[in-house]
Amino acid sequence: MEHLDMLEAESIYILREAYKKLGKLGMLWSIGKDSTVLLWLAKKAFYGHSPFPFIHVDTKRKIPAMIEYRDKIAKELGLDLIVHTNEEAVKAGISPENGRLACCKALKTDGLKQVVQKYGFDGLIVGVRRDEEGSRSKERVFSERKEDDAWDYANQPPELWDQFKTDFPKGHHIRVHPILAWNEIDIWEYIKRENIPIIDLYFAKNGKRYRSLGCECCTGQIDSDADTLEKIIEELKHTKSGERAGRKQDQEDSYAMQKLRKEGYM
Amino acid sequence: MKDSLNIVVVGHVDHGKSTVLGRLLYDTDALPLGTIEKVKKIAHDTGKPFEYAYLLDAFEEEQKQGITIDITQIQFSTAKRDYTIIDAPGHKEFLKNMISGAANAKAALLVVDAKEGVQEQSKRHGYMLSLLGIRKIYVLINKMDLVDYDEKIYQKVAEDMKNFLLPLGVKPLDYIPVSGLNGDNIANKSPNIGWYKGNSLIEALDLLEGDENLSQKSLRFPIQDVYKFDERRIIAGRIEAGKIAVGDEIVIYPGGRKTKVAKIPYWQDRDKKDIVSAGESTGIQVSDEFFNNRGEIIVKSGDKPPLVTNRIKVSLFWMGKNPMRFGQKYKLKLATAESAAELLSIEKIIDSANLLKRDDKTEICQNDVAEAVIGLKEEIACDIFDECQATGRFVIADGYDVAGGGIVLGLPKEDNAMEKNMRYIMEHLPKNGELTIVMEDGKIQRLERVEKEIFSGLFGEGI
Repeated sequence: MEHLDMLEAESIYILREAYKKLGKLGMLWSIGKDSTVLLWLAKKAFYGHSPFPFIHVDTKRKIPAMIEYRDKIAKELGLDLIVHTNEEAVKAGISPENGRLACCKALKTDGLKQVVQKYGFDGLIVGVRRDEEGSRSKERVFSERKEDDAWDYANQPPELWDQFKTDFPKGHHIRVHPILAWNEIDIWEYIKRENIPIIDLYFAKNGKRYRSLGCECCTGQIDSDADTLEKIIEELKHTKSGERAGRKQDQEDSYAMQKLRKEGYM
Repeated sequence: MKDSLNIVVVGHVDHGKSTVLGRLLYDTDALPLGTIEKVKKIAHDTGKPFEYAYLLDAFEEEQKQGITIDITQIQFSTAKRDYTIIDAPGHKEFLKNMISGAANAKAALLVVDAKEGVQEQSKRHGYMLSLLGIRKIYVLINKMDLVDYDEKIYQKVAEDMKNFLLPLGVKPLDYIPVSGLNGDNIANKSPNIGWYKGNSLIEALDLLEGDENLSQKSLRFPIQDVYKFDERRIIAGRIEAGKIAVGDEIVIYPGGRKTKVAKIPYWQDRDKKDIVSAGESTGIQVSDEFFNNRGEIIVKSGDKPPLVTNRIKVSLFWMGKNPMRFGQKYKLKLATAESAAELLSIEKIIDSANLLKRDDKTEICQNDVAEAVIGLKEEIACDIFDECQATGRFVIADGYDVAGGGIVLGLPKEDNAMEKNMRYIMEHLPKNGELTIVMEDGKIQRLERVEKEIFSGLFGEGI
């Protein structure tokens, strides 16, 4: 079996398990490449249907082109899209000047918590990958979050033979990670193979491109001439820098992502 | 495209698993820029020496305590293939995490400290590998630098490990002397170990053969779900063994109903197929529409059928803090099937560290391995593990958590005379009447059955 076929089959299996075993389910869609691949996999798993809503936690600080693209694709694909903003934090004027981690926590983690509570989700499908950073490399496919959304990472349950954690107390929810095993190059090879529509911020213009997308204030571009899928894949095969090197919140603390994710960050 | 292989690294705590791995990643250029700098900064900030292990032990607690708590999965490539390496914790307390890692691997590296020799977790992990059906194993005799690269010490440790694994039917492919710290025999053959004529770790990994071709085996297609999003009724699931084609006659177990594959539906044109094989997540439409359940297994007509039973003989390992006890309700999950389950009998319990049998067979405690019989509330279809792994292994949930896992050995022998007698009697109970059991020496000689005539009265109220 080809490598991409194996990854695809495993991800579809996970999505179908989540749909069958978890009650109210939603999928986070950040407009980025990973969650767009995930959206595609969900369409494949359910034969063109999307039996759960998609969620975008809008910090109101995203790159404007992302929001345009979001609304365009949602309309084209007829997505049931929930857009949620932590309005209180936005009104209070939370910004990276309050500290980047505090800003991420207020606008993203707390925003996410509000959505989970408002809609009573039992499961959230999230497109994180193990190769992105250390604390994600330790994740389970079905990862439980307690009432306060906390991740008890030092005491994760066993997960073997695709028998995932599907029993949990009311009020807890499960983060489902169908593309945990994919790496950055797999994502791009799959986008190319399946001809998946992708936002053009990833393609180089005037010698710069985004390798990872996020809030405008905290996401940097990289020097690159890769303006096609082929060139992006070729570039990644030879790069030595990290995918999230342009994400400023990661650089705040040696354990920035672990600390954010412990409290419920995606 | 290159193939890929998942490998787990196991062994006793502090025998240097994460260090060997960190070194492997460093030598194969698998680390992103800045990773080494980040780890150097952490070492500096915490006042500790630089450790390759920090490359894998990402959690703050792991780095501060110098211990691996949970598995890490990380990728690297050689010219031959892509590897996902699973670093498993060696501490006894985290055995459940080690098992989670090993269960997803096809091959294993068992790391043993040359100076300390074979220890408790070396044995326990070796035993777990054999139980999980992992046969491709390299033993790495690590920290050779601490014993002056002495060949005699290498031979002694290799011999000890070999003697422990042999009765388990585990024959490692090779014993490689290495030093994770110095990089000896990791990426390249080391001049420090001139007496060793075998392969370096990376050469040895590239020699591993890929998986056996599961699509050549008998069809096993467990039903994961049934969809009716539109006019199509689709039976969805992943093919665990064999292949299935449009027009195939199929039998659905445990019920045994027969039908035919009418269509293989798809969303994108590139996924249009008339035949699908092991490993694929797919779906079928069948010609006779009847009710199907998740957990049933679809088999090709004429192929060897699965076992259909509500009592299975198993080999299981227990990871739960609370022991597995008689009379307690559990849930067994096998492929996509689920059933309420209970422990019926324990045939033997083995301490996985020394392979000694335990006399007390009243309960199965954390880190025990046992041969036992499990009773199920509902009949399920399954296979003997050695014949089909995916439908021959299961987990047991105790409350909210998975607390045990195991493999199917077969159907239990009804060697218990009392039980056998009870079954026989139950099968021959009269509908309405008396049953006399004539016994001799504890064995049933014959049953005498008298049926009474039933008169239900004019209005059905009976006599």
